[in-house]
Amino acid sequence: MWLYAARRIVLTIPILLGVTIICFALVQIAPGDPIQNLLSPTSSAADAARLRAAYGLDQPLPIQYFIWLGRVLVGNLGTSIANNMPVAGEVMHAFSNTVVIALISVALAFVLSMFFGVIAACRSGQLADKLITAVAVFGISVPPFWLAVTLVIVFAVNLSLLPATGMGANGSGNFSYFQWTSLKFAVMPITALALPPLGIMTRTTRSAIAEILNQDFIQTLRAKGLSEASVVVHAIRNIMPQAIAMLGLQLGYLIGGSVLVETVFTWPGTGYLLNKAVQTRDIPLLQGTILVLATAFVLINLFVDLMQSLIDPRIKRS
Amino acid sequence: MAGWNIRGALKLAVCAALASSGAAVGHASAESVLRVAMTAADIPDYSGAPDQGYEGYRFAGYTLYDGLALWDLSSSDKAAGIVPGLATSWAIDPSNDKRWIYKLRQGVSYHDGCPWNADSAIWNFARVMDPKSPQFNPRQVGQMGTYVANIASVDKIDNDTIAINTKVPSSLFPNEMAMYYMISNCGVQKAGNDYAFYMRQPAGTGPYKFDKVVPHERLELVKNDKYWDPRRVPKQDRLVLLPMPEASTRAAALLAGQVDFVEAPSPDTIPRLKQAGMKIVMVPYPHNWDYLLRTDIPPFNDIRVRQAANYAMNRQDMVDMLQGVAVAATQTLIPSQPWYGNPVGYDYDPEKAKALLKQAGCSPCVIKVGISTSGSGQMQPLPMNELVKEQLEAVGFKAQLEPMDWNALIGVFLAGSKKYDYNAINFSMAPIDAVQGILKKWMTSYAPPACCNWGSFSDPKIDKLGAEAVGEFDVDKRNALLTAMNEQAVADASELYIVHDLNPRALSPKLSGFVQAQSWFQDLTPIMVSP
Repeated sequence: MWLYAARRIVLTIPILLGVTIICFALVQIAPGDPIQNLLSPTSSAADAARLRAAYGLDQPLPIQYFIWLGRVLVGNLGTSIANNMPVAGEVMHAFSNTVVIALISVALAFVLSMFFGVIAACRSGQLADKLITAVAVFGISVPPFWLAVTLVIVFAVNLSLLPATGMGANGSGNFSYFQWTSLKFAVMPITALALPPLGIMTRTTRSAIAEILNQDFIQTLRAKGLSEASVVVHAIRNIMPQAIAMLGLQLGYLIGGSVLVETVFTWPGTGYLLNKAVQTRDIPLLQGTILVLATAFVLINLFVDLMQSLIDPRIKRS
Repeated sequence: MAGWNIRGALKLAVCAALASSGAAVGHASAESVLRVAMTAADIPDYSGAPDQGYEGYRFAGYTLYDGLALWDLSSSDKAAGIVPGLATSWAIDPSNDKRWIYKLRQGVSYHDGCPWNADSAIWNFARVMDPKSPQFNPRQVGQMGTYVANIASVDKIDNDTIAINTKVPSSLFPNEMAMYYMISNCGVQKAGNDYAFYMRQPAGTGPYKFDKVVPHERLELVKNDKYWDPRRVPKQDRLVLLPMPEASTRAAALLAGQVDFVEAPSPDTIPRLKQAGMKIVMVPYPHNWDYLLRTDIPPFNDIRVRQAANYAMNRQDMVDMLQGVAVAATQTLIPSQPWYGNPVGYDYDPEKAKALLKQAGCSPCVIKVGISTSGSGQMQPLPMNELVKEQLEAVGFKAQLEPMDWNALIGVFLAGSKKYDYNAINFSMAPIDAVQGILKKWMTSYAPPACCNWGSFSDPKIDKLGAEAVGEFDVDKRNALLTAMNEQAVADASELYIVHDLNPRALSPKLSGFVQAQSWFQDLTPIMVSP
């Protein structure tokens, strides 16, 4: 087990290195220049060249990359070009804002998907199954940004029940998940984030349970006189490795892929930060954010793999 | 006993919570707060060198800082001009037309108590002009360098008087000083000349003082009770600035009561905002949405092609599409600017456009246009450019639009037309004064790598008039020369004129007292916030 874990951890290093190279190259290929946002609307090309030199952006790209990589290896993600603040602090603050809503969204989606997935599988072809399937397909199909805007129109603008934007009335610094005055700002972002994974996980749970319920050992359990509820519990235990793998993937997607939802709600997480970094071509911030997200994605998958091997002895043996 | 204690503790907790919430409500009701949703993607630099275009100057510049001159933002009826700021007066030295004498305002202090005087002024110029000074900073140069480019040196005459020596005679130099902010020399020195550290407690002399910032989320300023101009002491206690680049988010935030003042609502949200009782304000201001043309190569090196493009524009269609948030433009300036003149017009005349293209032998007249998908001052670039393309192609052009994001288009503009193969770019500009609206746009000497004659437009008549205007210190005579320059530029069809933005803003009904100036900059100090 430990050898397996160590091997997986070592394998993450080339993956992350590859991520840094791709990320650096993509940022450079895109047109635009980070220092343009720091220039006056009437600045000359000479002003731009002077500022570019001051930030080391006039160096050849490989040198820029290795300078950046050297700093990263000692834990320094650099300084944001846009606001002169350390990237590490910026990213970690945003990351903590994203992780919490992503965790809540995925946990919510997981619990509900297990519930609805099991009901749909047990009532296959009946009205409950059709309704749940319809909601799941809606969740999979609906673009999250459209859902986010619709939620704002309904719950913030028309009903005035929830705030439309931001993370707390005084910014994220005073945010608390244990006070409704703060938490209400998170309700719509969590809902918009939770629906797509809810749809995906419900559909997967339904088909996995339905498949298990048709297997021979289930017939044996029934023949032994177990109640239907106990049979379903056996079925659920059998799909857990698959469900946890799905959970890990969805969490990874939400942490890294919530750009649109966070932008619509002005939620100051990593997605929002990435959007700002792209718009201002803030290369250190962009690289730092992507690196942290990629690391998180890799670590989540590593954790899921280890969990799966703990839950399912067949994986450990293999 | 234990049960009583728990109940007692609960009662105490409830009472304490009620008391604290009451205190909070009381505090909130005692303090009037103006919350502004900006279009900026992030909080602009508030160190005295704002980034993110003129929106940065509007909210993180003129709120915290003053220049030697200020824009007069007190009227909606005329284009804003400059008035005394941290200098009470200025005049050219009668014996030297390259030496401006500035009398500094006395008794003014920065927010941190640091005195404003000649030493502070000279320190402020060195922060951008003198690479050997400890306060010199490339970031500050990037934003502010353009405004001091014509300064050779600055001398102290006495504690309240300085002399600014320019490299060449420049009668329009005082305009540049309305864009150059003075920051606390004591504050920067105390921060060890580290501007990132200084930004923890920045200090200017402006009507608002820095209070706190949540990076990327909000900048909070408070009223400067001791502002030197009592007429401009803010009528609200706190100003909260929130970056909200999405127009739909800004509108939703206003409708949900989370903000009070919204910049640039999109035209399609305006009816809904009006229906909810929001006030929509707009005035003409120097912001033309146009195409800059590359005039050193075909097809736009031929005046007939440039004129044809202008005659092809059905500007009213554009105004209608924008639901009235713009007015038709047949030149760069707006009528209230003193150099507007009486130039030729380019009313919609597709037959004339077709005839001009035929004369020029340009058929189909293929052009490649760089456009942005969004951006500060770019209005609704995608549908607007589609309409321009449609109108151009109706008379014989074949326009290829090449979209890119705003940052990339700024790069195209700064690099100049010769670095790319665009025949035109849709790059809205801010002709706020004669320097930016006339001289830098049309004089050959401002062609790349200088700013801002992107398309290398050149007309010897304009260059001659410009040289005379810069050396003319009599205001009336200078304005006559500048007017003649502008009229000639329009006669040359120096760019494709389309519309002037009316700069809509949406205000909560709780607000009163706002006077929207005909300017990129606005004075937020008169705004009163009702409970």
